Amino acid sequence: MSTSDQQAPPPRLAVPELLIGVGLLACAAAVAWQTLAIPVSPLYSKVGPTVFPYITMTGMVILSLLLIVAALRGGWQPEEEKETPTDWKAMGFVVAGLVANLLLIQPLGFTAASVIMFVLICHGFGSRHPLRDALLGLILALAAYFGFAKALGVNIGAGFIENQLNTVINAIIGIVRG
Amino acid sequence: METLNQLALGFSVAFTPVNLMWCLVGTTLGTAIGVLPGLGPALTIALLLPITYQVAPEASFILFAGIYYGAMYGGSTTSILLNTPGESATIVTALEGNRMARSGRGGAALATSAIGSFVAGTLGTLGVAFLAPVVVKFALAFGPAEYFSLMVLAFITVSAVLGSSSVRGLTSLFIGFVIGMIGVDLQTGQPRFTFGMSELLDGVDVIIVAVGLFAVGETLYMASRRYAGKDEIVPLKGSLYMTAAEWGRSWKAWLRGAAIGFPIGAMPAGGAEIPTFLSYAIEKKLSKHKDEFGTVGAIEGVAGPEAANNASAAGVLVPMLTLGLPTSATAAIMLSAFQSYGINPGPLLLTTQANLVWGLIASLFIANVILVILNLPLIGLWVRLLKIPAPQLYAGILVFATVGTYGISQSPIDLVILYLLGAAGFLMRRFDFPTAPVIIGMILGPLAETQFRRAMTISNGDWSVFYTHKLSLTLLTLAFIGLLGPHIWAYIEHQRRRGPEHVPGDA
Repeated sequence: MSTSDQQAPPPRLAVPELLIGVGLLACAAAVAWQTLAIPVSPLYSKVGPTVFPYITMTGMVILSLLLIVAALRGGWQPEEEKETPTDWKAMGFVVAGLVANLLLIQPLGFTAASVIMFVLICHGFGSRHPLRDALLGLILALAAYFGFAKALGVNIGAGFIENQLNTVINAIIGIVRG
Repeated sequence: METLNQLALGFSVAFTPVNLMWCLVGTTLGTAIGVLPGLGPALTIALLLPITYQVAPEASFILFAGIYYGAMYGGSTTSILLNTPGESATIVTALEGNRMARSGRGGAALATSAIGSFVAGTLGTLGVAFLAPVVVKFALAFGPAEYFSLMVLAFITVSAVLGSSSVRGLTSLFIGFVIGMIGVDLQTGQPRFTFGMSELLDGVDVIIVAVGLFAVGETLYMASRRYAGKDEIVPLKGSLYMTAAEWGRSWKAWLRGAAIGFPIGAMPAGGAEIPTFLSYAIEKKLSKHKDEFGTVGAIEGVAGPEAANNASAAGVLVPMLTLGLPTSATAAIMLSAFQSYGINPGPLLLTTQANLVWGLIASLFIANVILVILNLPLIGLWVRLLKIPAPQLYAGILVFATVGTYGISQSPIDLVILYLLGAAGFLMRRFDFPTAPVIIGMILGPLAETQFRRAMTISNGDWSVFYTHKLSLTLLTLAFIGLLGPHIWAYIEHQRRRGPEHVPGDA
């Protein structure tokens, strides 16, 4: 009989950490599946394109098992993180903003989609002035479109707002040039 | 002497009006993103990578280097006034600096950290100028096997030795490897890990990975933790001029910090955490004012770690420029900028791209001068930046994240990958996985694979090259010790401590 049993409380299974370990194991399986799909020409049989993927997969399996063991022993999440409840509502609005951006960027263009994302994320972070945020978002998105993107030579496609503004700008340039 | 000639050449490159302008833009932007919580140099440089298609390599590297140095200066302002360390390297600065600010000596804390950053940054840059040619001579003897072993050593040190857990660090690194392998294998032309999607044939752009982990992941994390309470800004009180006593306590700490930071940064291990913590411990031990540590804030405890931080940031450039070995996320992204120009950093870089390398080093001296001016007389401007409210700040970050990602190929698939990586970044942040090894693994992994395959091709498939070459064996042994050493030591300690308790009548 060991006396140390009384001192340390039995470790509790940490579910979130366990899920991460299992998730990594699933990733290793996906790596294995994709590695098997790589055709290997006999010409490269010594060090072909699959050697590194297999090494990586092995490493991932070992690491995920170590993570699962750590999860079974009570996990590793810092106390500070555990004590702070997750603000699901705030996260929900941020995610909604990202999804809206993804769905609207092609039909509406970058600026309009960004304004909607901006307002949703601000709301998620506790801002309660949607109109002011929309105006700020519009200014920022236009600055990003005409400043950052044009300066870097990045093409981010034009939607309704950009086209209207481009038309106006071209018209002004036309007038100035006479 | 040769170094001095090369430096003269470098200054002739850096002192052109256009390059001075890039240096000013970089340092200003760098300070701003260093001050703003949630933005860092790795993310900013990643977002600006498309500039490499527009301007000469000298210009973009002067810009990036300005951002890199500037973020260090700006980060210390945030840690002192807000107690929210923007970067892991400034955690120590926050320890004493925030206490000094609370006891009304914020001005002196900002001054010692800015001047200390200048002193250490300048010494560190001198170190780069004189050490780099020496490392090059050494590195010319490296074959593919040695390079591979060196990269293994770097992988172990950046992910397993530094940070709170070697298992989690290595997990991040391996995720980086997988991301790095997505796309067409350059040696055989076979697509790997593409899941049959043609969009993945070109691989995942480092911009998407950096933006996903650092911008989207960080925003989700901050949103999830709104209940954790807010840090308040300590109003800036006290003059920026340090008293004679404060100068006397600072200058030795700066020099000691620089002496600790540069060599550790220059090792193929990198990381600013160890030198800053080491410097803090030393200053605390040597100080005549031990009572001020942890109470009203001791100026040595700001001066030393701040100097160590900047000197190690300079040191990181040595393995980056001479061996092509990035040991921080920012350095890894700078390496991908080199690749975008078709330049391979390595021992030949200093001779084949002398203008670029020496222009970059010279611009770092100029950047330090600009930064100390930007961060002392103009400090009020940066304090105002701290007041940008969180909702608009994070929403704005994501607008720029969209530009950076969607601009690559106007493909919504890129946004999907971005958000998936953002979700991964959130989980990593929440469950204490370091994110930098992902970026390092993604950039350095494919390079390590290339060296590995080259070595195996030369040896005709004989694995023994990695342990019959003396240098390679040494590097691998060091990596092995780095990986397992701390665990074995902890186990022995554990056994020794619990040993006596178990002896009497235990079984």
